[in-house]
Amino acid sequence: MNNNQVDMELVKELEDKCVDIRKNLLNFIYRIGMGHLGGELSIVEVAVALYYKYLNYDPKNPKWDDRDRLILSKGHCSETLYTIFSDLGMYTMDYMVEHFETLDTAKFGMHSNRKYVPSIEVSAGSLGHGLPISVGMALGARQQKKLWRTFVIVGDGEMDEGTNWEAIMAAGHYQLGNLVAIVDRNKLQMTGTTEKVMNLDPLDKKLEAFGWEVKSIDGNDMYSVCAALASLPPADPWVRRKPIFIISNTHKGKGVSFMEDNVKWHGGGIAKEQLDQALIDLEKGRKVR
Amino acid sequence: MAVQTTFDFDQMLSNAREAYGEELLRMADDGLDFVFTYTDNVAPSSSAGKLIAKYPDRCFNFGIAEPNQVGASAGLALSGKIVFAQVFGPFLSLRAADQIHTDIAYNDVNVRLIGTHAGLTAGGGPTHNCIADLALYRAIPNLTIEVPADAGQCVKAIRKSMEFEGPMIIRIDRGGSPSVYADTNYEYEFGKAIEALPGTDLSIISAGSSVYWSMMGAKILKEKYGISARVIDMHTIKPMDTAMLLKCARETGNVVTVEEHSINGGLGGAVAEFLMEAGFSGKFKRIGLPDKFAVLGDPDEVYRYYGMDPEGIAKQVAELLK
Repeated sequence: MNNNQVDMELVKELEDKCVDIRKNLLNFIYRIGMGHLGGELSIVEVAVALYYKYLNYDPKNPKWDDRDRLILSKGHCSETLYTIFSDLGMYTMDYMVEHFETLDTAKFGMHSNRKYVPSIEVSAGSLGHGLPISVGMALGARQQKKLWRTFVIVGDGEMDEGTNWEAIMAAGHYQLGNLVAIVDRNKLQMTGTTEKVMNLDPLDKKLEAFGWEVKSIDGNDMYSVCAALASLPPADPWVRRKPIFIISNTHKGKGVSFMEDNVKWHGGGIAKEQLDQALIDLEKGRKVR
Repeated sequence: MAVQTTFDFDQMLSNAREAYGEELLRMADDGLDFVFTYTDNVAPSSSAGKLIAKYPDRCFNFGIAEPNQVGASAGLALSGKIVFAQVFGPFLSLRAADQIHTDIAYNDVNVRLIGTHAGLTAGGGPTHNCIADLALYRAIPNLTIEVPADAGQCVKAIRKSMEFEGPMIIRIDRGGSPSVYADTNYEYEFGKAIEALPGTDLSIISAGSSVYWSMMGAKILKEKYGISARVIDMHTIKPMDTAMLLKCARETGNVVTVEEHSINGGLGGAVAEFLMEAGFSGKFKRIGLPDKFAVLGDPDEVYRYYGMDPEGIAKQVAELLK
């Protein structure tokens, strides 16, 4: 499928879904009192496009052998995935709140655990782990001649970790065309801009030099996200081709006026009046059809 | 019951690194399903090199990049395979510590990390000494730590690990270490220590290369000092066979540990922690590397320097029991 074949009705549907997911996410974070809203809001389009369309995935059978694998390497943004799982009917929001970091009864945590949540492929939290694991998964698919694809979402601040570059080198070496890495390029990390803390650009040239095919997209524009995911080459792992890196240019805190591109909204909870304002902002952002 | 050993000190050398590679090759030939990962430290002429040559589709080289190798091994295991990962021991434990903790143990995957060059066996000084690994591994939950006493036992561990669920570390020497056991026809279970030599005056708890030294030390103790030392092969450091520790404490009263590791946090630490809480009041000593970066020298000379050789062990034990 090429870019022109993205179904515009689907794009509209997924755009609406993003508004709902963001609102549910904010309500969830308000109720549990903690989260990483900036980075959780910036990945919504990518996560929604994957879970509702492009990831070969069955919420009723999350451990199905032939499913595509999605690793959220920026594991501190797990609440976005929990919110999507809830919307897909796997858990009610009340259940998630009642089982969030509640000791013996806990299923959900700030950093996700695959043993408690079957749809979580990898327990993550420490940064720089998802890419090496994704390389192993993609090699595993090749070795077993399986057609599933491995996706990994990493943060741009996370790219400071050297292990990513070991994995990027290995994926280029093994020409893992069944591997898709998506960097949430919101340009902010905990204490400042990525360029100020540890310069990342020119990221595209660095990745190309390591043997990857690089696509730069507007990661908060659903059409742009869908076009990139719809145009992936086949996932036949026995064919050696370049792994794909999608540089997903986004805004931290996307959709909420006082959070967008604001370094202060990395981690923490949200107050009631902030929640109310955020929900208004998000509804305003819903496209009138 | 004590098992048959090469206690006649014929110094028969064996090489666990070669032996486990040969066993993996046999396992692959037998149709067992596993994959193998390695860094740039497997010679084509070695047995693991032969495995790679014969089964290239299931062997993956990660270059000089241990964290990526260990992380990718977790990914391979999550894709449904049992993974054997050969890693240069000092760099496995120290450089890939976060990956062992998070990708392997926390994610609970079927990876067997084979840490080679245990203790001082690499030679080359403190950058290549592997003497803090057991302390690290012991503190990581959900990690079984296996330290075979010789090549034959290593082969048993490798084969048995195919039926084991969960993460495991298998710590082996560089190669060329003496065989402890004359054959491999003895019962071997993870978590169950072996009484390698009977004795009544004290128990020497050891693992890996130090089992052989302890046996040799026990011989000197008997001949020179008239002391009867029991030697325990505590090949599983975690979970430790505490029933065996209690039995030894009860029956021999005194306990000494010998390990090719820092005296901090390894086998000796584990034994001391357990016995202290169990109310042990006998004499106790840890023999191993002191809390220093080791002196530079041939490993055999360094062992002697720190009293870890048979004579040193015998001398320290005799002093303790005075």
